[in-house]
Amino acid sequence: MLAYTAKRLLTLIPTLLAASILVFLFVHLIPGDPAAILLGDTATPEEVAQLSAEMGFDRPLYVQYFIWLGNVLQGDLGTSIFFRQPVLSVIGSGAETSILLASMTMIWIILIGLPIGILSATKQGTWIDQITSSGAMLAASIPTFWLGLYLIMIFSVTLGWFPSSGFPSLSDHGGITNLRYLLLPSLTLAAPNAALIVRLVRASMLDVSREDHVRTARAKGLHPTRVAIKHIFRNALIAVAAAFGFTFAALISEAVVTETVFSLPGIGRLVVQSILRRDYPVIQGVILVIVVLYMVVNLAVDLAYARLDPRVSLK
Amino acid sequence: MALLEVQDLEIAVRTKGKLLPVVQGVSFDVDDNETLGIVGESGCGKSLTALAIMGLLGGTTVRITGGNIRFDGMDLLTLSDGERRSIMGNRMAMIFQEPMTSLNPVYRIGDQIIENIRQHQKMTNAQARDRAVELLSLVRIPNPSERVDSFPHQMSGGQRQRVMIAMALSCDPKLLIADEPTTALDVTVQKEVLDLMADLQTRMGTAIVLISHDLGVISETCDKVAVMYRGRVVEAAATENLFTELAHPYTRGLLNSIPVVDSDVDWLEAIPGRVPTLEEELTGCAFHPRCALVTKLCATTVPQEIEYKPGHSVRCHFSGKVAP
Repeated sequence: MLAYTAKRLLTLIPTLLAASILVFLFVHLIPGDPAAILLGDTATPEEVAQLSAEMGFDRPLYVQYFIWLGNVLQGDLGTSIFFRQPVLSVIGSGAETSILLASMTMIWIILIGLPIGILSATKQGTWIDQITSSGAMLAASIPTFWLGLYLIMIFSVTLGWFPSSGFPSLSDHGGITNLRYLLLPSLTLAAPNAALIVRLVRASMLDVSREDHVRTARAKGLHPTRVAIKHIFRNALIAVAAAFGFTFAALISEAVVTETVFSLPGIGRLVVQSILRRDYPVIQGVILVIVVLYMVVNLAVDLAYARLDPRVSLK
Repeated sequence: MALLEVQDLEIAVRTKGKLLPVVQGVSFDVDDNETLGIVGESGCGKSLTALAIMGLLGGTTVRITGGNIRFDGMDLLTLSDGERRSIMGNRMAMIFQEPMTSLNPVYRIGDQIIENIRQHQKMTNAQARDRAVELLSLVRIPNPSERVDSFPHQMSGGQRQRVMIAMALSCDPKLLIADEPTTALDVTVQKEVLDLMADLQTRMGTAIVLISHDLGVISETCDKVAVMYRGRVVEAAATENLFTELAHPYTRGLLNSIPVVDSDVDWLEAIPGRVPTLEEELTGCAFHPRCALVTKLCATTVPQEIEYKPGHSVRCHFSGKVAP
């Protein structure tokens, strides 16, 4: 296991290098002088020339890449043009919100998706299955921005139960109760993903329930609930675990919308604002962070996969 | 009273709103220490009969529509689900055709045996594990104390079937139902598994219902045989009588289609035609479209079961006119 993890971490290096080249070229792929792009339409030629020299845009591309890569490896992702602060600390300021939001969302997905999926599969063909299946279909097809706005209308505006926007840090006044700010956003984010998990759990459990070993389990005289959880669900989980990797990727893009709808000071909204402000160093930094996160999550999924299925050997 | 008594068992499949009978009027009984073979082509209803006895028919599409199954003095069809489950895997156990897929791939084989033991017996995990190792050595798995921690994919088909047998025997069942236990195995492994079952039967006195399409396997292992064709038992007799005094043309056809090693045959005889599908409505004897002795009577009237000789029953209007 440990050796496999180390090996997998090593194979991340070429992927990361490739990703870093794409991220680096991002600014240069936009036609025109990068310094002019960075400064926007109102810049004077003197300002452009000054920034060009400052950023090293006048040097050969590969030299620029290695200088940039060297900085990145030392944790220096550049300086935000808008904030005049290191990119890493700009991202860091949004990290708390985003990490908490993602964790709460994942908890919802697991708490909602798995039990309802199991219920739907074990009650296949009954009215319970009909309701949960059509509910899942509905939840999967509702756009997040629409669901977010509706939740705000009902629970914040009409009922006044939850705040509609913003998120003070957990270290601010209110402490752990500040998590209530994230309740509606995390539910919004969780809904379509939990729905996918419901459908996946249901489908894989129905697949597994037709397998021979389930008949063996029933022939032992086990209670149907035990057969459903220990034998059917446990095997179905192998397919479901793989889906959590995709769910994470979906969360990243959906978080951009959700954080904007709920005005959360997270990384998703930072991306949107940075694009509007043409704050390219921040965009580059966020992309790089997401790439790393994505690869780590996929590694975790692979390791989980091997834990769940003894037929997968980690060599 | 026999250990297992099946009387007039009827099973039907629901398709397109209609109930199609797939097993009709099947009766037989099995005593302690006795092996009954049920033989027939695919789709003749032999596996459904076995699943019905075991209580594994389940689902809404296949169900028992009539008859009785008595086991050890109990009427199985009137028991509650819970009472039925307390028998399954305990006093009555089953092994299946596909050893490669009949074990759960994500659990160690020992744990799967332990699960069966602890479902029915008050034992600690350690005690049940010792019992599992003992069972594995009983079914001649080498290094049982190590192999108890193997996963199914680390074993061969023959070994997996032995594990299935060990699991089935874990609570000393009085009845073992084996549905084509050797069909998926190599011939040499087949022999080993059958010998093992026969050996365990002499040691433990278990009754066995062996389901097979292979008359060779049946003749070697069974005390008596029931031949099934399209949902009915067409001939039933003690094994030695069936092969010497057979009375049903279908049994004749089955025997003729077996190649004999020491005679030089160019062409094996096959039964002409095919098994009619369930949807095809048939009057009279189900075998009449394929039978050489067919008359008008066969096409109109279902032959009743008659006692051809003591302990030898047949469903044929012309029983006895078949060349033995």
